[in-house]
Amino acid sequence: MALPITYNVRNVRVRWQLTLLAVVGIALVVTTIVFLTAMASGFSLALRATGRDDNAMIVQKGANAELTSGIGRNAAQVLLVDPRIARDDQGWPLSSPEILVVASYPRKADGADVNVSVRGVTPRAFEVRGGLRIVAGRQVQPGLPEVIVGERVRERYGFEVGSKVSIQNKPWEVVGVFAAEGSGFESEIWGDLETMAEPLRRTGGYQAIVVRLADPSTFEAFKTAWEGDPQVQVSVSRERAFYEAQAGPIAGALLGLAGFVGIVMGVGAVFGAMNTMYGIVASRTREIGTLRALGFSRRAILASFLTEAAILAAFGGALGCLLALPANGISGATNSANFSEIAFAFRVTPPTLFAGMVFAVMMGIVGGLLPALRAARLPITTALREV
Amino acid sequence: MSGNGKAPMVAVEGVKKVYRRDAEEVKVLDGLSLEVPEGDFVALMGPSGSGKTTLLNLIAGIDRPTAGKVIVAGTDVAQLGESELARWRSRNVGFIFQFYNLIPVLTAEENVALPLLLTNLSKKERRERALTALKVVGLAERSQHYPRQLSGGQEQRVAIARAIVADPKVLVADEPTGDLDSKSAEEILALMETLNRDFGKTIVMVTHDPRAAQRAHTQHHLEKGVLSL
Repeated sequence: MALPITYNVRNVRVRWQLTLLAVVGIALVVTTIVFLTAMASGFSLALRATGRDDNAMIVQKGANAELTSGIGRNAAQVLLVDPRIARDDQGWPLSSPEILVVASYPRKADGADVNVSVRGVTPRAFEVRGGLRIVAGRQVQPGLPEVIVGERVRERYGFEVGSKVSIQNKPWEVVGVFAAEGSGFESEIWGDLETMAEPLRRTGGYQAIVVRLADPSTFEAFKTAWEGDPQVQVSVSRERAFYEAQAGPIAGALLGLAGFVGIVMGVGAVFGAMNTMYGIVASRTREIGTLRALGFSRRAILASFLTEAAILAAFGGALGCLLALPANGISGATNSANFSEIAFAFRVTPPTLFAGMVFAVMMGIVGGLLPALRAARLPITTALREV
Repeated sequence: MSGNGKAPMVAVEGVKKVYRRDAEEVKVLDGLSLEVPEGDFVALMGPSGSGKTTLLNLIAGIDRPTAGKVIVAGTDVAQLGESELARWRSRNVGFIFQFYNLIPVLTAEENVALPLLLTNLSKKERRERALTALKVVGLAERSQHYPRQLSGGQEQRVAIARAIVADPKVLVADEPTGDLDSKSAEEILALMETLNRDFGKTIVMVTHDPRAAQRAHTQHHLEKGVLSL
């Protein structure tokens, strides 16, 4: 029969000074891991873009970012008659020609000037891009100096509905705030394409055109046809793939870093937990000898110490999760291929917390195993002689 | 051999115990033989290093002889495997230690009930038996106290309650009064006498204290690993 768990719970409580170190050590590791995972998951969400698989992204041949791309209006006219492009019931192509410039604004947090992408779009953009919705105020009215801002922009630069934003030395009124499912668009300022083209000196053409394909399986044919056409000089990619290619290396590096830091810290915490468990075993050697003399088996002693290590680690894990919780919603930022800031929100999700707890208990058990084995293997007479 | 012809409770036959300390062999017991009849109260005396505690450990089944036989309550202890031996101890031997060896985080009652966790008794039965054992040692009203809230003598009485709770045939005591003042020591010895006389427990006690040894029915003196009497 096993030793009762109350025995372990009381030991953890009574020897709180000794266990506190291990608990705090494990807690800090769990906090760091949850924090990094929250950052990585928010980050990869922001960079994944809401790109749809049936959308094709058209930019100038050789350009790998929208900012360095340019497609003449004539080329656009030619492109948009392609029959593979989906059309609305009036026969207009489902396309979103867009212009993009970068403007610089002081960040609310520290006043530093940061680049923000300003995008001019047609009223059709929300429909074609997908995943976008107004969360405060309203859409812009073509012809008026109005803009809408992404949620992250409102948050980081304080551009509330009703305030004025300067773009190319001209004031624009913020009339709405939009969300884009956590994607990078939330870090942009959007206005009406035709209203913005003149003041932004982008009357000659577009930076990019997004088109909806009537049948996604025609993408390859569409791509081959237009990339081979010397008249338009464009390159075509799937919308999602285009943004992933821009973000991929950064997101990958960050996720890799989170994993690496997690492993290194985890190993450190295992040694910390092991050290504490060794201390606990050493201080209770005579107790172990007594229990063995009374007839408790080695297995019972081993199970008891592993249970204690797991309880201790679970406390650490819970504390770590608690410490990491406030990170939920914190925003961080990185630079996009357009040389402007992409902000993202940390996402502390229940699965992340659960993983943190599992990791903590694993650390405790691994750290407790060797000391517990030592405790169970000690000859009874040796153990009883210890003070 | 005991007078009534029954097999002795403890029979130690030609036991040798050799410890290896680095390359050096230390002979602790050197062909020692000893019989303890059922119901006897035996004191093992002798200078430090004479092997008396080693002999006690062999009788209690927490150590194994290098050679020879140790038969306790009809079982050849050396023949049992590790887990069989643990089970055997829980049923046949009650331990009384010099420093009581109570578990500090458990109450008196929980400490006493520990050996019963190895039985099939229900929680209620375990509780009842533990309280009965505490009554025998006169500490029923302290059942919810923790060891640190008890005096040395009281701790030793709780330890004795733990030793008898599973109703073992043999009690082994290693310097049971060694850490107590003379008044407490007297109480503990009186209690042990009661257990021997009224409960029929066979007791083997290691002691330095001549007053303690006088309470025993039989005294054995050890010198350099053999009986010197």
